Amino acid sequence: MSTGNKIAIKDFNFYYGSLQALQMINLDIRANEIFALLGPARSGKTTFLKSLNRLTDLVYGASHTGTILLDGEDIYDPKISLTQLRRRVGIVFDLPIPLPMSIYENVAYGPKLSNKTQKKYLDEIIEKALRSAFLWDEVKDRLHTSALRLSGGQQQRLCISRILALDPEVLLLDEPCSGLDPISTASIEETLSRLKKEYTIVLVPHNIQQASRVADRVGFLLDGKLVEEGPAFEIFTRPKNKKTEDYISGKFG
Amino acid sequence: MEIKEIKERFIEKILLLIAFSSITILALITFFIFGEGLPLIWKIGPKAFLLGERWVPSQGEFGILPMIVGSFWVTFGSLLLGIPLGLACAIFLCEWTPPWAGMILRSAIQVLAGIPSVVYGFWGLVVLVPLIRNFLGGPGLSILSGSLILSIMILPTIISISEDSLKALPPNYKAGAFALGATHWQTIWRVLIPAARSGIVASIILGMGRALGETMAMIMILGNAVKMPSSILDSARTLTTNIGIEMGYASGDHRQALFAAGVILFLIIMLLNSLAIVLSRRRAG
Repeated sequence: MSTGNKIAIKDFNFYYGSLQALQMINLDIRANEIFALLGPARSGKTTFLKSLNRLTDLVYGASHTGTILLDGEDIYDPKISLTQLRRRVGIVFDLPIPLPMSIYENVAYGPKLSNKTQKKYLDEIIEKALRSAFLWDEVKDRLHTSALRLSGGQQQRLCISRILALDPEVLLLDEPCSGLDPISTASIEETLSRLKKEYTIVLVPHNIQQASRVADRVGFLLDGKLVEEGPAFEIFTRPKNKKTEDYISGKFG
Repeated sequence: MEIKEIKERFIEKILLLIAFSSITILALITFFIFGEGLPLIWKIGPKAFLLGERWVPSQGEFGILPMIVGSFWVTFGSLLLGIPLGLACAIFLCEWTPPWAGMILRSAIQVLAGIPSVVYGFWGLVVLVPLIRNFLGGPGLSILSGSLILSIMILPTIISISEDSLKALPPNYKAGAFALGATHWQTIWRVLIPAARSGIVASIILGMGRALGETMAMIMILGNAVKMPSSILDSARTLTTNIGIEMGYASGDHRQALFAAGVILFLIIMLLNSLAIVLSRRRAG
């Protein structure tokens, strides 16, 4: 895998109707790094993540200008396959959304859609995905019961394994640990650190400490503008912008 | 005891009373229908009543099988058309329609629900019946025309309840499925519809109840012949139209027989509702 830029965002503006949610974002996300996006509530973090795999298309009246390149390809090119894009760029939301089916079916859903996966491999894929998200041991005896009966933390890990089963290239995580206890959080963070060998990860952490624990590079988003970005160590010790410093030291947000 | 607390208890008791009074009314109606109808069923025997093919009140023959069959075919026919139309419309409304078109469509459907059934019947009589008579043959007053009209009449029920249940799904189901690389149709078919299944089933059963119970429009376009229908172009009589037509002049055993038909209708609808409850409680997964 190349070590260059996985995602290149250029002059990107995003609007919900007349409301501008993102302003002139210029950012490169490198392959095999964990990029953490910090910012107070409603600063555009989720919109940013969703525009990376075009889930923003679902919003009526949304529009954008500028480009986002994935491996050099414009993801807003009308010729690009949306389903293909979303398989390459997987997303995990802050609230876990198990689909209303069994645990097994939840993880199998993505691979099955491609119609190429045989039953034998499917079992393997599912076990591997569940193991990667530290869920396997807890659910291996009840794979065929409803996913809606899992606890919140288990549901979130199920959603992560569901994405991993698709074997994506980029993982987008929107506060994936917000509903989790400290032990599950630690195991997810460990998973992320391990997964970055294979994937590029963009994380909206649920607090600043989490970013400092796992991120390679950090960006700070405020009112839809990317105020600052750089290596995590520098942002946390020598932020260039006053606003970044205030946010990190807890003066607002 | 404080005044506040006494007030609380008083309100609680009043609400309890009101809640029970509505159940009491239902119980009284049930009791009355069964009280009037059951003796006749015992008198002529349940088998002769349910499976008898001849309904000649003047000769004391009360077989309601033709009516049961008529009700069944008309209802079945209306569902055959109404379910796909209604579901497709509900899916279209909540998945593809831009907001402005949705508003127009929704108010059109509400108008559809507000048209009195006698108007449907009249329209069926002057437009649909001649069309069927001229192009397909038969009297025109037939199961086919009845089913067609009924399918339109149950559309608002199926559409609005199905749409509500699709809309009530967490928006994230859709985002989740899309994020897994599903296409729009795959998302609808494999995630949204199964997730909204209980509401969709409920809408169908309610539509079925409406179709079974519809009387006025059916009196006008079914032809009301008391015989076993042999094709969908035959005219027929349903359990409800039979009661509606004859109750005005019936007396004695005849009147009791009509109540007995009501008992059967009541049981069928109770069965359907229980079925709806059972089906809608069963969860996916």
